[in-house]
Amino acid sequence: MAELLQPVVRYGQIARMWVRASRAYPVSWAMLVVGGFLINIIEFVGIWILFQNVDDLGGFTLRQVAFLYGGTGVAFALADLVAGRAERLGQMIRLGKLDQMMVRPVPLLVQVCADEFALRRVSRVAQAAVVLAWGCGAVDWTAPRLLLTVLMVASATVIFVAVFVALACVQFWTIDAAEVANAFTYGGVTVTAYPLSIFPGELVKALTFVVPLAFVNWYPSLYVLGEPDPLGYPGWTQWLSPAVAVLFTAVAAVVWRAGVRSYRSTGS
Amino acid sequence: MSLHVAVATRSFRRYSTYTAATLAGIFTNCVFGVINALVLVAVWEQNPDAGGYDVRDAVTYVWLGQAMIMVIALWGGGSPTDLATRIKTGDVALDFYRPVGLLGWYLAADLGRAAFHLLSRALVPTVVGALLFDLRWPGGPWPAVAVAVSVVLALLVSFAIRFLVAMTTFWVLDDQGTAILASTAAVFFSGLTVPLVLFPGWFGTLARALPWASYVQAPADLWLGKHHGWGVVGTLGLQALWAGVLLGACAGLLRLAERKVVVQGG
Repeated sequence: MAELLQPVVRYGQIARMWVRASRAYPVSWAMLVVGGFLINIIEFVGIWILFQNVDDLGGFTLRQVAFLYGGTGVAFALADLVAGRAERLGQMIRLGKLDQMMVRPVPLLVQVCADEFALRRVSRVAQAAVVLAWGCGAVDWTAPRLLLTVLMVASATVIFVAVFVALACVQFWTIDAAEVANAFTYGGVTVTAYPLSIFPGELVKALTFVVPLAFVNWYPSLYVLGEPDPLGYPGWTQWLSPAVAVLFTAVAAVVWRAGVRSYRSTGS
Repeated sequence: MSLHVAVATRSFRRYSTYTAATLAGIFTNCVFGVINALVLVAVWEQNPDAGGYDVRDAVTYVWLGQAMIMVIALWGGGSPTDLATRIKTGDVALDFYRPVGLLGWYLAADLGRAAFHLLSRALVPTVVGALLFDLRWPGGPWPAVAVAVSVVLALLVSFAIRFLVAMTTFWVLDDQGTAILASTAAVFFSGLTVPLVLFPGWFGTLARALPWASYVQAPADLWLGKHHGWGVVGTLGLQALWAGVLLGACAGLLRLAERKVVVQGG
């Protein structure tokens, strides 16, 4: 057990160090925290403005959209807090930082994810949580719905962590194509903030079977909000998110291992 | 003058080196173009003349927004980022020694960068958008000229704001905080995700008077032919006014900063 917890402890130690370092520029740090809050607020204000022009989107009210937005938002912000730094992998390779990390007695992935850990990102979690809490008012609560909501946020967090790590690995092969990852990470959180019923069926199928980001919040939310599935899939698909999270984790682990194995340093 | 041209061309070449990064960025622009266009299609299906646009205007607007992001460095970045780094390390003291104005030097570098991004990150996504959706095009040579002027003015406004943000490093010693606040304002008030024409009442009027309206809303409205005659002049005039005021502020603040660096001994 102690051995299993070791990476978590190490992560905590590195994270604490960076939190202390960030206090060196207090004014800037305060603005970063406020900025983190604002970025999420304006995203949701944008959706609110859309609703000033329509009564519902894809059959969903503003409050129901808040549930979708908050669910994916909290998970994404948590994943970004824990593993968002992985997107700097290319920079770590270029600067030779990754080579230094490889000789240290701490798991490489822990070091990559904890590098320049920024506690200020908690403000984005908080902001999304407020929207989610407001969106929860749209739910007619029962015990299974509560359970599924918790499972949904936990699974979605794992899914986004896996997406961050797997796509960062692209940089093992092409150092400057880091931005491809944004299409899936930020693109993923943007697309799942809306009811998927507004998108063409082919896109929803692609998000179910090809890049199964629909399991981040869409299918479980259909159950929690008591809405019918426009594609008419069986009810158990709405409980699949934890399994999909396991699948994502497995893929990320395989890709990470392959990436590390093929890494040959920059040679300089 | 020839010096500034040389700076601009080298900056153009600097950015053109990273082919993989450019392709990756184009891919991301296209993904967001598709997502945002489909969201707005859903809005306009329910309210076919929201904000005085039709669905074709709205979809075109989304792709123009994606095209503008990198040209004007909407999220921040470009040559002012180099300045911020040089202030942080103290190298900026050397820049002050040089017999070239800082503002002109960095502006030239940013123009070179923007030219490259116009040919890559603006042109290619627009073509992709046109293949996937039914887009509207400028209705003749004069509207096209107005769009071109508007894009240049947008770049000047955005450069001035990014330069001001970078200069805050002189006082705060780290520009990350001001940068995130500036990009938040830019994303929201440029109308990148939600067109400013959808903003309700006085809030919409305010948003359209702020400098960020130059980024996406102003060139898009000219592209879509929403202004005629004096309306075109007014739109370009407001952009020019903001460009002038903000570049003036840059020059003024730079003088203050220079004195501060000299007093501190670099």
